[in-house]
Amino acid sequence: MEIPRHWRLKKQRYALVGEVCPHCEAKIFPPRDVCPHCSGEAKTPYQFSGQGEVYSYTVMNDAPAGFEENTPYTVAVVKLAEGPMVTAQLTDLGAEPVKIGMPVEMVTRRIRSDGNDRGMIVYGYKFRPVMQ
Amino acid sequence: MTEVVIAGIGMTPVGEHWDLSLRTLAARAILSAEKDAGGLKPQALYIGNFLGSMVSHQANLGALITDNSGLGGIESFTIEAAEASGAAALHMAYLAVSSGFVDTAMALGVEKVTDMTDGVEKILATGLDFDYEGFEGVTPAAQAALLMQRYIYQYGVGHAAFNWLPLLAHTNAVHNPNAMYRKALKPEVLQSAPPVVDPLTLYDIAPYADGAAAVILTRSGLLPKKPVQKPVRLLGSSVITDALALYDRPDPLRFEAARRSVEQACRQAGILPGDVDLFEVDDFTSIYAVLALEAAGFALPGEGTQLSERGHVPLLTMGGSKARGCPVGASGLYQVCEAVTQLRGQAGALQVPGARLAMTQSLGGPASTAVTHILKV
Repeated sequence: MEIPRHWRLKKQRYALVGEVCPHCEAKIFPPRDVCPHCSGEAKTPYQFSGQGEVYSYTVMNDAPAGFEENTPYTVAVVKLAEGPMVTAQLTDLGAEPVKIGMPVEMVTRRIRSDGNDRGMIVYGYKFRPVMQ
Repeated sequence: MTEVVIAGIGMTPVGEHWDLSLRTLAARAILSAEKDAGGLKPQALYIGNFLGSMVSHQANLGALITDNSGLGGIESFTIEAAEASGAAALHMAYLAVSSGFVDTAMALGVEKVTDMTDGVEKILATGLDFDYEGFEGVTPAAQAALLMQRYIYQYGVGHAAFNWLPLLAHTNAVHNPNAMYRKALKPEVLQSAPPVVDPLTLYDIAPYADGAAAVILTRSGLLPKKPVQKPVRLLGSSVITDALALYDRPDPLRFEAARRSVEQACRQAGILPGDVDLFEVDDFTSIYAVLALEAAGFALPGEGTQLSERGHVPLLTMGGSKARGCPVGASGLYQVCEAVTQLRGQAGALQVPGARLAMTQSLGGPASTAVTHILKV
């Protein structure tokens, strides 16, 4: 079990909280220690909208250990409306085929359980197609 | 600048060596390289290894491997840069010899994958950003699939445009005694290949395997008057990093570290990429080979797959990772040993005629780390 690690990351995982650089105003996700754009120290929290579009995607049929119960699942790189990209699973896909450029929005979902069936259930962000 | 030369090389066959341990694989490559160099022994050993502490439950490889290989007491430790670990170890050996800190150094790449019958994919995913990629269920193959999917979309090419790479690799591996798959592929097999991680098929991903490869470096003035082997000069050695996570890059289809690493190594050697007689490009996946060829300047972005029709510098001359097999952190040193074999004129049926100048490039992850070497005879 890795409880401290999951606890430490809960703001970004549950609520997509990143940062805005106090020096160059770049929006940053996930949070970093140094702004990748201006090399200033990054530390001001910023709430992302959760809106974005699919940059690329693939379907995992052969999952790594710990993800077997989710198989098959779709992972994507999502370009957030505020600029940064993020890697996440897609969910609630229904019959709709995934397409590059498809608008998606963030939801909080169960990612996996940490350890055996008595382990902590770890939640985090996934993205689903925007309801038309 | 002092001239650094490769005095000896050694490799084990790549494959599923159920009967050989990490330390024995290492010893075989080390002893074979020492013999190839006429009995020369290194004063320092830099070990490229990615998985040992997780797959074999073994860290502190410097002490283990030197002691077991008759090199006890010398400077030795592990260099880790995911799949580029072996090539990064050669960079360390290059620094140690070129600085004059030691006269003779060895770089060893060793990987023991088959000690685990399952769960290796999760361990390989430690080479990704664990908190934000590995945690989401992404693996090295999935990263390559994400890039290939985007490449196909953005540049309007079909999956078949990548097939020439595994075909070439398998054709060459037929004549490589150390290769895992010594069988040529029929083009029609590729068309019906089973998908693994869409759009990657079985033939787009190199098979993980066990193996060890070693290279002995010294300075040219220290070689015996009549060296056993034709010395190969190491003219350039460059390690460059990029953002670890794919999503953190302004354009994930540009392998920026690969581009800069080629540029730096070529500048050191005083050559241009187009001057080389062969290029051992990293084909861990076929999309990575295409992106690396574009990054090195052999094709414009989006045009890398067209190189098969346009003609190209000899690539994957001994089968690459796809068909020689991919001993993960050792693969970068297999590339170098293969390039040395070519430059010495010892490649037999695979000999690139008149090869004098070679480039090798090993990538850790999707060029999160890129290591480029330039060799000349």
